[in-house]
Amino acid sequence: METIVFSLLNGVIYGLLLFMLSSGLTLIFSMMGVLNFAHASFYMLGAYFAYTVTDATSYWFALIFAPILVGLVGAGVEKWGLRRVHANGHVAELLFTFGLAYLIDEVIKIVYGRNAVDYRVPEALDFPLFTLYGAQYPAYRIFMLFVAVAMLVALWVLLKRTRAGLIIQAALTHPHMVGHLGHNVPMIFMTVFGVGCALAGLAGVIGGNYLVTDPFMAAYMGPIVFVVVVIGGMGSLEGAFVASILLGLLQTFAVSVDASFADLFGWIGLSSATEVGRITIAQLAPMLPYLLLVLILFVRPRGLMGEREL
Amino acid sequence: MKLIASAALAAAMSFVALGASADTLKVAFIDPLSGPMGPSGESGLKHFMFAAEELNADGGVNGAQVEVVGFDNKVNPKESLVQLQKAIDQGIRYVVQGNGSSVASALIDAIEKHNKRNPGEEVLFLNYAAVDPAFTNEKCSFWHFRFDSDADMKMEAVTDWVAAHPDIKSVYIIGQDYSFGKAVAAAAVRMLEVKAPEVKIVGNELHPLAKVKDFTPYVQKIINSGADAIITGNWGSDMVLLVKAAIDAGWDKPILTYYGGSTGAATAMGEAAVGKVKQVSEVVVNYPSSPEQEERIAKFEEKYPENNYYYHRAFNLMHFLDAAAEKAGSNDPVKVAFAMEGMEMDGAYGHLTMRKDNHQILQDLFVGTFSANPPRGVEGLPLGWMAEDKDHIAAAATSMETTCKMDRPEM
Repeated sequence: METIVFSLLNGVIYGLLLFMLSSGLTLIFSMMGVLNFAHASFYMLGAYFAYTVTDATSYWFALIFAPILVGLVGAGVEKWGLRRVHANGHVAELLFTFGLAYLIDEVIKIVYGRNAVDYRVPEALDFPLFTLYGAQYPAYRIFMLFVAVAMLVALWVLLKRTRAGLIIQAALTHPHMVGHLGHNVPMIFMTVFGVGCALAGLAGVIGGNYLVTDPFMAAYMGPIVFVVVVIGGMGSLEGAFVASILLGLLQTFAVSVDASFADLFGWIGLSSATEVGRITIAQLAPMLPYLLLVLILFVRPRGLMGEREL
Repeated sequence: MKLIASAALAAAMSFVALGASADTLKVAFIDPLSGPMGPSGESGLKHFMFAAEELNADGGVNGAQVEVVGFDNKVNPKESLVQLQKAIDQGIRYVVQGNGSSVASALIDAIEKHNKRNPGEEVLFLNYAAVDPAFTNEKCSFWHFRFDSDADMKMEAVTDWVAAHPDIKSVYIIGQDYSFGKAVAAAAVRMLEVKAPEVKIVGNELHPLAKVKDFTPYVQKIINSGADAIITGNWGSDMVLLVKAAIDAGWDKPILTYYGGSTGAATAMGEAAVGKVKQVSEVVVNYPSSPEQEERIAKFEEKYPENNYYYHRAFNLMHFLDAAAEKAGSNDPVKVAFAMEGMEMDGAYGHLTMRKDNHQILQDLFVGTFSANPPRGVEGLPLGWMAEDKDHIAAAATSMETTCKMDRPEM
């Protein structure tokens, strides 16, 4: 029982963190048709900016200003970088974001050093909120849950319930028509890119001190975010949400299961003395997202809720 | 005329080549210098460069200046072999490596082959941190010398500590899923059965190397198991994230580690880990030693303010190399290897012996404790590692039997 409760909590929180990252990525994809390889780097920038701002002022300032700063950097990248490269087609864009990811990595290493920085959970939230079956549950995790849900609701309202959201949705699918109607489409693109990056930055702010803030955090998160977007369906926010939560739960549950292959497949004669029989489900946990990725591409190439084929 | 000119040129070139080999002794440092484990290798390289400077200031090795050249292997055995070849092509005859027993294993095989096929161009492998016991037992090689105590020797210290604390009734073993992590787990199970049969092993788990981002699910599993202590051989980012998750979940029992001093771990642990995290190592900088050693630590941390003095064995290794070359009267790896066998030396923390039968160093070990307000903190924090005399294990007590049957080349 305690295993289920803990795995549910941890899985949902990890899933929401993934969603924060992948929502921006999937928005940008549906807008420009290009996968932003540097997306996880904006997540890293968020964490480092938050570290710097927290050092100078307080965490609460960082929570607000670091994502805005990352959003501005993102908007700048779109305006002066991607927009120019766009003329040369998708491959050029892809390579541009690829190079950008390396560039951000190296700049971070030069500025902050190669080791983890001491970016901590704020003291006001650094206490165990409750004790469940003997294990303390840090208040910060529940705080993350609230921030993620607040962001989710805000994004949903913005996109589905406001005029701005209506225009964005229209611009995503019919940019020329929206342009003819007198809207500034490049401006909309820049804003969406900036907001997408800001969301990744926000994930960095609340994820950087929950995990570790080091120059390799982008490389850690990068692949898994792509898995989320592909499984959820390219360009589908709902899909990204479902896929994030699914992956979060899948990974945490797999770790907490104590069974091995021998227990599962004993009925076909697999013994625990063999190499294969000794593999535990927990050992497979980090592999599961990629296994799911391959399966999804095989069975349903457009993802769970995607509208277009890859 | 032309013939004479080219002969002269050839002579001049061979003179230059000779001159180079007489004046510099290059040591290839093959370890991760980028990626998640990069900080570990980076820190090791700095220790070796500092040790080389120390030797050079003292006249070098048989008059040759020592130069340490870094090669990035990304903790990948395949990549390491490419880097080894690169080093050999540059005429480097001494290889140093430490992070990752999977890498060390590949290097031992490759060097064994290379030396067999290229007599007169032998390469010597000086291992400063890969502690899979196999390298000094069934897999032992004449060309490999280990300057860190192996996983079994360190586990002796850990299990002795468990046996001496009767309040610990159950332990949870967690490690990285590769040869080293498996060796640690096997040693723990084997030794606890003998020394403390009443201690229950409530979990024995392996997780992938350098891939887990959030250890919370593992930690909650550990807490649910009711364990009184955690035993782990984790290093690098796996160490940092594991302790961080444990501290966050309110774990307040001992964590017995091999590498609690991994770069970044102290920052992640913070004050909450004081008194709980233990580390078995050959050095505790706050343990009293000679004034020379104190000066060395101070100078090192002054030169590399981002790093802490951690790999004392790098200094042991370089001084052994120096002494063996002097004893052999040559910088030739074969002669140096023979001279190094059975060599003894007084180190800063006790007497050092390089065993002749399996090329394993015998050195004093400490069970250090993560403490508040030590004389020397780590990572710029008022926290650091302390040890008392009762935590000090004499070198001789760490000696273990070996199954090594060494093939020695003919002199």
